Amino acid sequence: MTSPITTSGVPRLARGVKLRFDRSRERHVLLLPETVVVLNATGTAILELCDGQRTVADIVAALREQYADVPEGQVVAYLAKLAERRHLEITDGD
Amino acid sequence: MEIDGPLGLLAELTYRCPLACAYCSNPTELAAYRDELDTAEWQRVITEAAELGALQCHLSGGEPLLRRDLADLVRTAAEQGLYTNLVTSALGFTEKRAAELHDAGLDHVQVSLQADEPALSDRIAGLPSFRRKIEAARRVRELGWPLTLNVVLHRQNIDRIPEILAAAEELEADRIELANTQYYGWAALNRAALLPSREQLAEAEVVVREAKERLRGRMEIIYVIPDYYATYPKPCMGGWGARQLVVVPTGDALPCLAAHGLPLPSANVREHDLAWIWQDSPMFSAYRGTDWMQDPCRSCSRREVDLGGCRCQAFALTGDATRTDPVCHLSPDHGIVEAAVAEANEERTPVDLPLVPRRERQRN
Repeated sequence: MTSPITTSGVPRLARGVKLRFDRSRERHVLLLPETVVVLNATGTAILELCDGQRTVADIVAALREQYADVPEGQVVAYLAKLAERRHLEITDGD
Repeated sequence: MEIDGPLGLLAELTYRCPLACAYCSNPTELAAYRDELDTAEWQRVITEAAELGALQCHLSGGEPLLRRDLADLVRTAAEQGLYTNLVTSALGFTEKRAAELHDAGLDHVQVSLQADEPALSDRIAGLPSFRRKIEAARRVRELGWPLTLNVVLHRQNIDRIPEILAAAEELEADRIELANTQYYGWAALNRAALLPSREQLAEAEVVVREAKERLRGRMEIIYVIPDYYATYPKPCMGGWGARQLVVVPTGDALPCLAAHGLPLPSANVREHDLAWIWQDSPMFSAYRGTDWMQDPCRSCSRREVDLGGCRCQAFALTGDATRTDPVCHLSPDHGIVEAAVAEANEERTPVDLPLVPRRERQRN
């Protein structure tokens, strides 16, 4: 299950996990059954692209259209961390 | 001072329940909670909670499925953008009701299990229910929801964690909460029969550690030790009036799910809006922050970490809600907890003391 993430993997939010804008605190959050994960701008930008269609490579490419400096290793590490916590599911895109 | 709104609404929709678990945290005077909020009142509470900043709505009880309007309440919460979480025994989680709740936008289901097999599970629950629970847990997965199993641990089932985890694996649960009993309500009444021994806990910890490693990435295991064995108290509810807002069946709003008996003026949603209750009511202001503390909490370096523990536990054990939670080893009242722990560890104390089942009754 916890195989290393490749750039052809396709991430999407895990079952029961929701990305929401918290109106009263003006920030994005991930909502889970017992947890609220507060996201920063970068995290939000990455997770908004995790739609179950785009591969990790697609996500990095899309981020590069918005941001000047997008180190692929950091995006992969972030996705891997969320997958380890089961906030994300990453299916093999091959 | 600007007070941030609650993150979560815990809606205890009813205290009626088909089960009779002796570890229940509901108050023992169940008959006092028959005059339940109606559908429109709950919908207003849910809407006001969302406006205050709540992000999650936990629908609990008692057994929330006994409310015929549950799907309507889920729909209201979903429309308000709240994450909806049903906490259920799963009795009454029929195919029809599951489909209704799914259509209404329910996000997550937590099913309670009392043990891993029918004989013990049914004995603890007070009625034959194990097989129906397993069926319902499967239904949760079939409809595409994530499945969390809630198992309240105590002296009479803690030795069966390996078997409970095997049952959870078989059900392909996403999460399992193995939480030792908190001694409120019926559980406080049954404490001597529920508090595990030190030996039982040590064994449980080994088993849980091994299982967490083995199931990493497949099933999340949340393990909560009994606070009677902890060195420091838990930061109850993340602080009084800080994160969670509880509303009980009759509309009283509470900062902790065990605050029913505290000597504070009640704050009822039938009389006040939630914004006033959260920000200004004596109920929610009384123990917010750290100003209310006495020593040893007042001068303790951990006062912002555990926030003095649980006010309701302090009140239940000492009669004074502003005292340090007696589970803290620094509490002057810690002897109360030590005595209960000593009794649980006496060799002559059996594992299966009789339990007082939760049920509605007349008080003497």
